[in-house]
Amino acid sequence: MMMMMLTDPFMQRALIAALLVGVTAPVVGTYLVQRKLSLLGDGIGHVALTGVALGWLVGAGMGLSPNDTLAVPGAVIAAVIGSVLIEVVRRRGRTSGDLALAIMFYGGIAGGVLLIGIAGGSSGNLMQYLFGSISTVSDADLWLTVVLSLVVLAIGVGLRHALFSVSHDEEFAIASGLPVWALNVIVAVVSALTVTVAMRVVGLLLVSALMIVPVAVAQQVTHAFGRTMLTACVVGVVVCVSGLTITYWYNVSPGATIVVLAIAVYAVVSLVAPFLTRGRPAHDPHPDLPDDVDLPAAATERAAAAAKECR
Amino acid sequence: MTDTRQVTETSEPVIEARGLHFRAGASHILRGIDLTVDRGEVVAVLGANGSGKSTLVRALVGINTPSEGTVRLLGEPLGAGRRSAAVDWGRIGYVPQRAGAGGGIPSTAQEVVASGLLHGRRLRLPRGWRDQVDAALDQVGLADRVRDPVHLLSGGQQQRILIARALVREPDLLVLDEPVAGVDVASQEAFAATMERLVDGGLTVLVVLHELGELEPLVSRAVVLRHGKVVHDGAPPRARHDHDRVGHRHQHPHADDNGSRIPRDTAEARALDLEVRP
Repeated sequence: MMMMMLTDPFMQRALIAALLVGVTAPVVGTYLVQRKLSLLGDGIGHVALTGVALGWLVGAGMGLSPNDTLAVPGAVIAAVIGSVLIEVVRRRGRTSGDLALAIMFYGGIAGGVLLIGIAGGSSGNLMQYLFGSISTVSDADLWLTVVLSLVVLAIGVGLRHALFSVSHDEEFAIASGLPVWALNVIVAVVSALTVTVAMRVVGLLLVSALMIVPVAVAQQVTHAFGRTMLTACVVGVVVCVSGLTITYWYNVSPGATIVVLAIAVYAVVSLVAPFLTRGRPAHDPHPDLPDDVDLPAAATERAAAAAKECR
Repeated sequence: MTDTRQVTETSEPVIEARGLHFRAGASHILRGIDLTVDRGEVVAVLGANGSGKSTLVRALVGINTPSEGTVRLLGEPLGAGRRSAAVDWGRIGYVPQRAGAGGGIPSTAQEVVASGLLHGRRLRLPRGWRDQVDAALDQVGLADRVRDPVHLLSGGQQQRILIARALVREPDLLVLDEPVAGVDVASQEAFAATMERLVDGGLTVLVVLHELGELEPLVSRAVVLRHGKVVHDGAPPRARHDHDRVGHRHQHPHADDNGSRIPRDTAEARALDLEVRP
């Protein structure tokens, strides 16, 4: 049974794509959560939809077959432009990032539906991009996914310390002379690439879930940035591969299955996590330092007793 | 403007600000500030809340882009973006007023302090970074907290993490924005001792303070701001007279016992409208 799944060429492509998405999405998601831009992936996803429709329109205009040959490149270009634009808006500080995201959400969806109509398609054609359609992954799609994933991973892991610095404390990064603007644009572009990579697997509407939910799971069990990223990647790969495997046996949407699975993991971990941390030996967080006030003798004795209790 | 510091013409100033103005909307926060800090000096920037102290140091390290005027750090001009590329950022350490909002993800002391090792075009950690981070944390007395998440530390400990983050690159110039605000006396003394050792080793310091406090013996010059202007630049003025208040323990020698005190009723002294101690 298992062998049957693994020898199916459709499934092989799908599994490779799911594996790559499972790793890359949480890497980028960690930076987005760190800079409190959890919904950025959603904003980019919506804009990518306009890109898909635009690619479709251009493809139809050039008489290409099939019509959607240019859909993925269109999504990549639109997502990159949209993410850089949001960074520009954020930098100029006139509009809050929140508001800029909202405008991107609406503009992206509306633009996508409008353009697909002009291209002679229907909004039904957009469904496979909105909700994922892993069974239609072609060899060309797979190669694009592999290349983009490698780019995202190389940047996200290779530059992790610098990206951590700008995401953690942007002002300190500026005062350290780091190329903050360039690093911010890198995060934005890498997020855009991840969205388009994940588009085929989970769809544009759910791509952000794959970036954020594994990070939320990881946060329950670890208190370090590096470990959060690593744990999130493990969670991402596990839910992507197992979600996809489920869809091989049952006829359900792979994107929705993966995301529901991720949220289920989150729920289970948040129920179990308190019991895991309770077992750890407690240590006294209070340093043994004298007070700034002179205490009466009785209070000094009580302080000594309290120190003993903590130990 | 009084100027009692020794001018050494031979070496370049470490910080040189000329005609600095900073406007935010309708507010004119810095109104023509000239400031020079020479090698080896310990300069305190004093002034009441809202006098422009933080805005000034933030302009000096490049966070605030001044509306007018120029800043030179270690002899190189500071400008927006690429124009600051010549500044040797590895020799400058900055300690912000308090931990920013931090990120949405908990980070350990080690991770936060390690980010201080990145500067200028250095985007990757050097070999042996763990030892450097350990040494920096040891200097602020938090060596045993390497793996602790920063958000679970107390406010004073978080402040010391930020100091360690600035010290880890072994800077020649340290710019601190109220480094001991909200830090207990014992930790202030430890901090002052660390600073004394570093200053003896040749560190130049520009420090925003509410009151001279434990750092008083170290401070070689004070710059007092009021309404965005320098109203005093010279010998450190005496603090206000609540030092002998009940409950304040003196554990440091007074630097002003030689009689070089500033008359209390001058504009300078009034400008140093130090607030009630925390």
